[in-house]
Amino acid sequence: MAELKLNAVEKTYGNGFKAVHGIDLHVAEGEFMVLVGPSGCAKSTTLRMIAGLETITGGEVRIGDQVVNDLVPGKRGIAMVFQNYALYPHMKVRQNLSFGLRLKRKPKEQIERSTAEVSGVLEIEELLDRLPKQLSGGQAQRVAVGRALIKQPEVFLFDEPLSNLDAKLRASMRVRITDLHKRLRNEGRPATVVYVTHDQVEAMTMGDRICVMKDGHIMQVADPTTLYDRPANAFVAGFIGMPEMNLVPAVLSGEYGAQTLTLDGQTLTVGPGLAPRLSHGPGPVTLGVRPQHLDLVVADSPDALTGTITNLEFMGHEVNLHAKVGDAVFVCVVPSDQFDRNLQRGDRVGLKPRVEKLHVFDAETGENFSLA
Amino acid sequence: MASISDFPQTPTPRSEPPSALELKLRRRTRVSSTIRYTLLIVVGLIMIYPLIWLIGASFKSNSEIFSSPWFWPKEPSLQGYVEGWKTSTPYTFATFFINSMQIVIPKVIGTAISCTLVAYGFARFEFPGKKILFTILIATLLLPDVVTRIPQYLLFRELGWLDTYLPLFAPAWLAGDAFFVFMIIQFLRAIPREMEEAARVDGANTAQTLLFIVVPILRPAIISVCLFQFMWTMNDFLGPLIYISTVEKYPVSLALKLSIDATEAFNWNSILAMTVLALTPSLVVFFMAQKSFIEGISSGGVKG
Repeated sequence: MAELKLNAVEKTYGNGFKAVHGIDLHVAEGEFMVLVGPSGCAKSTTLRMIAGLETITGGEVRIGDQVVNDLVPGKRGIAMVFQNYALYPHMKVRQNLSFGLRLKRKPKEQIERSTAEVSGVLEIEELLDRLPKQLSGGQAQRVAVGRALIKQPEVFLFDEPLSNLDAKLRASMRVRITDLHKRLRNEGRPATVVYVTHDQVEAMTMGDRICVMKDGHIMQVADPTTLYDRPANAFVAGFIGMPEMNLVPAVLSGEYGAQTLTLDGQTLTVGPGLAPRLSHGPGPVTLGVRPQHLDLVVADSPDALTGTITNLEFMGHEVNLHAKVGDAVFVCVVPSDQFDRNLQRGDRVGLKPRVEKLHVFDAETGENFSLA
Repeated sequence: MASISDFPQTPTPRSEPPSALELKLRRRTRVSSTIRYTLLIVVGLIMIYPLIWLIGASFKSNSEIFSSPWFWPKEPSLQGYVEGWKTSTPYTFATFFINSMQIVIPKVIGTAISCTLVAYGFARFEFPGKKILFTILIATLLLPDVVTRIPQYLLFRELGWLDTYLPLFAPAWLAGDAFFVFMIIQFLRAIPREMEEAARVDGANTAQTLLFIVVPILRPAIISVCLFQFMWTMNDFLGPLIYISTVEKYPVSLALKLSIDATEAFNWNSILAMTVLALTPSLVVFFMAQKSFIEGISSGGVKG
């Protein structure tokens, strides 16, 4: 196993379109790094550049001590799991697993031993003599993981491997892959993993660290808790968390120590929970508050925003309440047992943010200046 | 405890007589399928009758052929086959079959290899001039064969290839049949690239990827190509007529015509018998590869 380093890696296509803008990323040995972002953020392109399936037009990719820019995929010491499994349809599972080893002309006994070991780990022994078309989605996915595992690569690359599975299977495969990663680590052969997904649940539950990307730029690289609690910018704040963070324009005014946030003519006092963190003078800002950090109070309460209910979503254990404050719509999550069943659309309610959990972003750049 | 009678009974088939509407619908279905099948059988028979007649007539005597349009021979005999096989030349039909195979086999193999290579190149790689080259390739599809006959003849004459089989199969080794290249490209376009990428990650180079991954997936298309090429080459008359001048080197298609060229009255039963034999290889090969062939021509657009 080895560490993976991306130094100022760029990708510009023949037509001049720049997909990746000089990104730097360091994945430590044995680390599970998740690349996450919306469609078109170049996360898959980045992964494919690491794999060698896309050329790198600038910067360098290092695996261990070696710069691999000009190495073919087979020589980079990587293994990849594809979204649509990419199993060879004419080969049985056994041959699919051992194809890489056979190409390297490994001794027959070693191939058989490795096949048996990997199929044991992934519980696919009984599938070895089947063709890919005789496998279910979950089985095919396990075979695809096995094909990567058998090579004992320096770095594992996963390209949205679970997006073709149904929700239930996805959840169980998620656990399987993280378990496998932990198990390899405990057995003293940690696996360096780069895992691409657009699903933030996968990102948050699987990654040691998460790299959030947008339009070919890295927005933030951090562990899941930091990403959730201390998002570096409005994009990360909005992308991570369900339902997504409420991001609304507001105006910060007043002197240090007595600042207020104004939106739609309503004023929130910046209390001692937030004030010391602010590193920005008065002016227009974007206020960020997670739906879980808004308390439902009666309308016109002090230090609360008053709005009108536009929608109520009953989720069972909680209720997502949508309330319109001025032009902005806030979502507030209320536990079902604390929810007043008499409330309905059109009612006026107060939303009181927990000020210490508020985030304030630069209105222009989106940078979070409430982290200090 | 639940007794058997607690469970719902399996519905038994209805015993009451079908309603008038049901009867009407059934009758209508029966009438329409009768008409449909009769029509199909009649048209099918009309289309296949010449072939049936050909086979029947090959067992008839020469005089009977013209006396009865019915295909079944009154006195079946193998005389046509025996006489036809001998031919009017010093060679038997065996020689002509071997000659045909000397053209067909290298041509089919050459087509399969070269067209796959060229199609793989066009479908999967970017190289300078790709678009213009592909356009030229497709343009040759539209070019009538006759247009190139004379320049080709002059070229092969300069090379000293006249009266050899080389002009007949050498172009096929250079992917000369644009139609087959196009057919394989279309098939390849429908195959997701991830399998080839997986093979590259597994350490396969381009040749290994082609050989171990792409060719097995392309199998139905390649079989179709081989089959078409086999049938077209077996049936090709003009090519051998232009380039082959020695009777000893004649393929079956020319040899059949040879029997008609004889000055004495034609032995139609011999000609028909040899025609039946000439048809046999194509039919046998077709039926052997039928499954892959149909898969190849029907799944080009939907595979993957």
